[in-house]
Amino acid sequence: MPDMQQDSIGFAGPDSLGHFGPYGGTFVGETLIAAVEELSRVYEEVSKDPEFWAEYDHDLKYYVGRPSPLYLAERLTAEAGGAKIYLKREDLNHTGAHKVNNTIGQALLAKRMGKTRIIAETGAGQHGVASATVAARLGLECFVYMGAEDIQRQAPNVYRMKLLGATVVSVNSGSRTLKDAMNEALRDWATNVDSTYYIIGTVAGPHPYPQIVRDFQCIIGRETREQSLTQLGQLPDALVACVGGGSNAIGMFHPFLNDSSVAMYGVEAGGDGVETGRHAAPLSAGVPGVLHGNRTYLMTDSGGQIMETHSVSAGLDYPGVGPEHAWLKDLKRVNYVNATDAEAMKAFHQLTRLEGIIPALESAHAVAYAMRLAATMAPEQSVVINLSGRGDKDIQTVAKLEGLTL
Amino acid sequence: MSRISEVSAVAAQQGRKLLIPYLVAGDPDLPTTLKLLHKLVADGADMIELGVPFSDPSSDGPVIQRGVERAIAGGTNLAKVLDLVAEFRRQNDSTPIVLMGYLNPVEIMGYEAFAARASEVGVDGVLIVDMPPSESSGLRDLLKGKHIDTIFLVAPTTTDSRCVQIVANCSGYLYYVSLKGVTGAALLDTESVRLSIEKLRTMTDLPIVIGFGIKDAASARTMGALSEGVIIGSALVERIEKLPSGDSASAQQLADVTEVIKTAREALDSL
Repeated sequence: MPDMQQDSIGFAGPDSLGHFGPYGGTFVGETLIAAVEELSRVYEEVSKDPEFWAEYDHDLKYYVGRPSPLYLAERLTAEAGGAKIYLKREDLNHTGAHKVNNTIGQALLAKRMGKTRIIAETGAGQHGVASATVAARLGLECFVYMGAEDIQRQAPNVYRMKLLGATVVSVNSGSRTLKDAMNEALRDWATNVDSTYYIIGTVAGPHPYPQIVRDFQCIIGRETREQSLTQLGQLPDALVACVGGGSNAIGMFHPFLNDSSVAMYGVEAGGDGVETGRHAAPLSAGVPGVLHGNRTYLMTDSGGQIMETHSVSAGLDYPGVGPEHAWLKDLKRVNYVNATDAEAMKAFHQLTRLEGIIPALESAHAVAYAMRLAATMAPEQSVVINLSGRGDKDIQTVAKLEGLTL
Repeated sequence: MSRISEVSAVAAQQGRKLLIPYLVAGDPDLPTTLKLLHKLVADGADMIELGVPFSDPSSDGPVIQRGVERAIAGGTNLAKVLDLVAEFRRQNDSTPIVLMGYLNPVEIMGYEAFAARASEVGVDGVLIVDMPPSESSGLRDLLKGKHIDTIFLVAPTTTDSRCVQIVANCSGYLYYVSLKGVTGAALLDTESVRLSIEKLRTMTDLPIVIGFGIKDAASARTMGALSEGVIIGSALVERIEKLPSGDSASAQQLADVTEVIKTAREALDSL
């Protein structure tokens, strides 16, 4: 394990081998090593190239619709009864979530590398849609791997991807969900490595993915920082974001890591309650292990098999978490907490009725915890929630839970 | 000298090619795997790669994935695979056993506990597909202290500078992956394999064996001619898939499974 202490390098991970403290790294088969090394090389070049970032910024402004607003949710604030609650409106991005910040950037990388084919894994379908979207725009072939279970649960997004010209490949191995889709995408990549770029949707996977995805998502935190200084006249007191793999959270948190006055809360999916074992909260209840190319906190049984997870939100239904979050947990820089399915559902309705904003079920976890937190704070304080996505994709799930058929 | 080095040295002396079957421990159940291990040795296996089932085998193709799922459904895990090796050793003290699998079960058991138990039961080598040399030093040193070899893969896409790093960390034998992709994929390009093996020979004295995609006597013969030996995995697991579960396979059914190893042995011996 690399010798990387907080005080020697601050929070500026990863090291050259992709380690965040003892986490991260490059745990993949030899058949993929050349591909991840090529990506590392290209990204290192590109990350110093102002033209690349100018093109990225241009696309975010004119195609995605950034910057997204920082919105004071007055009625939600009154309901919680404490600190002012602001929403960072990632739900207003093109395709409806923060995922597109990353796919725009990675598609530009794919183009630079001369790749003609894009693959992606998806759980709820948001990352699949965001990948199919950028592939359509650049005229690249696109294959999205999706667990057979999730294809059933997320039919509208499956059709959206097909409309965009992507091929959705049903994954029937293992638990037939997101983790298995990721295994299948890794197999495809190993087989078609010459032509293919793999767009990973979260801050997991082998190095350099956790770094690349974080860098592309940091636009969220940078904008929030600027908007806070302008609109609030100071930095917020607390940031709250949901954590599945953790890309929206790290994008929000990272630009604030050195601001010690800003408290941070990553909200995992508590499912039926962490104590029941039916949840998707590896930082709250897991142990360090190795999955999908990196060392991180995982939900694994005593024999080392990865356990099935449970959450009402398909986008949080993942047994691992990005390695930088694992590190920030150990460093105690970020507080990792959780919200149950029931709490998220309640917050989903509260935000919808009080503010006229239908949140994604993933983001509803952050809303639930932030309302609890705000109630313990003073009215002159402020909390920013990363509202990572909109809930249109979830209305069937919500209706079904309430016994309705649409 | 480790058991793997001894067997390789004797084979080299006799001009015999190494034949290394791979099967998933616990597929379809542990008692059947034990019988298969002995039968494979009787039919000409020089060493055996014993797959440790893991829920997320991202370097494996569909055939081995299904084998792994059958083994996990029966409750097989790393601790039970180690027990199986102990059981095998009661009747066989000469055939090297290499555990092949993924890192997480070893991480969860703990490196020290794993190395101690592996040594105790008579494991000879360990091949962790998702542990590259740069991430391996902790486990490799512990295994080395117990005289257990750590084996690494070289792929067609592995660069020369990386090959140097791999052979420096590898002991026992070097596993050359004969194609791009996952286990069991198709098509071997003989000429490019030959060139790669020739290059590797200038870097190491380790025995080089070829795996991924060797399905039958003909492909075993072709690849055996280029190397010190071959690994046959998916073709064997495909046959194991037809076995009944519940420790109920007949001697004839087991013989039908290992037939592929028997004919590969004959093909290699005719070289």
